[in-house]
Amino acid sequence: MTTPVLELKELNKSYGALHVTRNVSITVGPGEIHAIIGPNGAGKTTLIGQICGALPSDSGRVFFAGEDVTALPVAKRAMRGLGRSFQITAILPEFSALENVALGVQAKAGHSFRFFRSAARDEGLNEKARQCLDTVGLLGRVDIRAGDLSHGEKRVLELAIALAGQPKVLLLDEPMAGAGPDESARLVDVLGALKVSIPMLLVEHDMDAVFKLADRISVLVYGEIIASGSVEEIRNNPAVKEAYLGSEEGV
Amino acid sequence: MTELLKNRTVPVLLFVLLALVPVYASLFDDRFVLLFATRILILALAALSLDFILGLGAMVSFGHAAYLGLGAYAIGILAAHDVWEAWISFPVVILVSALFAAVTGAISLKTRGVYFIMITLAFGQMAYYTATSLSAYGGDDGLTMWGRTEFFGTDLFANDTSFYLVVFGILLGSYLFLKQVAASRFGRVLKGARQNEARLNALGIDPFKYRLAAFVIAGVMAGLAGALLANHAEFVSPAYMSWHRSGELIVMVVLGGLGYLHGAILGAIAFLALEEILSGYTEHWRLIFGPLLILVVLYARGGILGAFKGRGK
Repeated sequence: MTTPVLELKELNKSYGALHVTRNVSITVGPGEIHAIIGPNGAGKTTLIGQICGALPSDSGRVFFAGEDVTALPVAKRAMRGLGRSFQITAILPEFSALENVALGVQAKAGHSFRFFRSAARDEGLNEKARQCLDTVGLLGRVDIRAGDLSHGEKRVLELAIALAGQPKVLLLDEPMAGAGPDESARLVDVLGALKVSIPMLLVEHDMDAVFKLADRISVLVYGEIIASGSVEEIRNNPAVKEAYLGSEEGV
Repeated sequence: MTELLKNRTVPVLLFVLLALVPVYASLFDDRFVLLFATRILILALAALSLDFILGLGAMVSFGHAAYLGLGAYAIGILAAHDVWEAWISFPVVILVSALFAAVTGAISLKTRGVYFIMITLAFGQMAYYTATSLSAYGGDDGLTMWGRTEFFGTDLFANDTSFYLVVFGILLGSYLFLKQVAASRFGRVLKGARQNEARLNALGIDPFKYRLAAFVIAGVMAGLAGALLANHAEFVSPAYMSWHRSGELIVMVVLGGLGYLHGAILGAIAFLALEEILSGYTEHWRLIFGPLLILVVLYARGGILGAFKGRGK
């Protein structure tokens, strides 16, 4: 078996008496999309925080490409290739779409202690940024101030920024949240095409998207993985139906 | 008007007018205007450096006047020991300000928002009280210098006109430098960190070291302003680094328009000119100036430059 790109071993996190993450162990292998679904309050966002390094874990380890990164802060994990998108859109509203993505390219290119050359006229950065924007279909909007983009466009831009860092794995925290049906469909296409080169851990509420994209699905309820398996297995798992899909008969 | 801001008309016009001040002064034999303009440009340099961290990086330093004092005291204390040469004193000024900025910045920048304001204020006050207790160098009363910095035996600093040109040159050089830095990769990180720190972290950029570097650059620039201020007044006082002065620098930056850099220079001119004019009418000039400032913050959010922009829309 090949080394998983991302591996979580027995992660735990408590806030006081509230045990938010309970012994979570999952892997993301090369070329796959592993989706995590679960009802609201299941602890998905906390788990994302633990993986990217924003929240310290009480116990357990995070391995990235076989290396233990549990002790590394967010920025160092990101430099190793852990890209992410945020549940609440995290773009730089005053920058143009191009500059948002160019900053991602710049981050990947090494330190930014460069004081004299104009960054906006750095075609090396801009060219790569345009490629990323082209991938997500935003090439027509490069010069628009990011804050003025539509909500759906911001969601897509968010993905382009993450791509600019040339991640080895992507953590996607509800990428479809708030996107319209057209944009969701576009995101599904884009992510489906990308997964060959970039494996992903996808946290998402949009079941259509999850069932279309995921190779494996894990179900998180009250901080615990109650089931894990292929799309078919999860669809037919009685415990999952009970806990999560019960009210959504016919999904 | 927006176009006017985009291209370089405003800053070019501003610097051309400032360059003409000595011409005007000599034509009309007006020494007062020359001295007053020198003082304005020196404080404009400090305001400019503050705008670099405040406007671009949203670091509300409430202790920026400490650098004015540090630079001034470095010059004054060296002069008290009969060291007048610029090639010794100015490197000392730069070193001292850089060191103070690096140490206090490394601590302050671990905090955000109100805490950052408070901690920079605390460091500023620390410097202030240290200065008042320097009894060997005048303590509370300050330190009179019996001359000005010497520049390789010339009277570059001693002659009012050439001193104005020195100050003007340093201000122009600093402005062009900061303008360049603001547009660079470094500046982009600084501006990005102001907008969304979590996003930068997720990209692999830890904004701390960039903020610290900016903090040091601004500190050195304000320290230079302090060195010039000491030469201008031929006097060094703890009052240079009081928190009032730090507050005034923030007011200048806000008044001119945050983040434009040349806005800080306009703000310094407006602030000091208003102070001069209003205090000519009444000693309670702050009673008029205060409400004026409130009006600016309420109705002209972008300061003087923002008002231009708003009208053009």
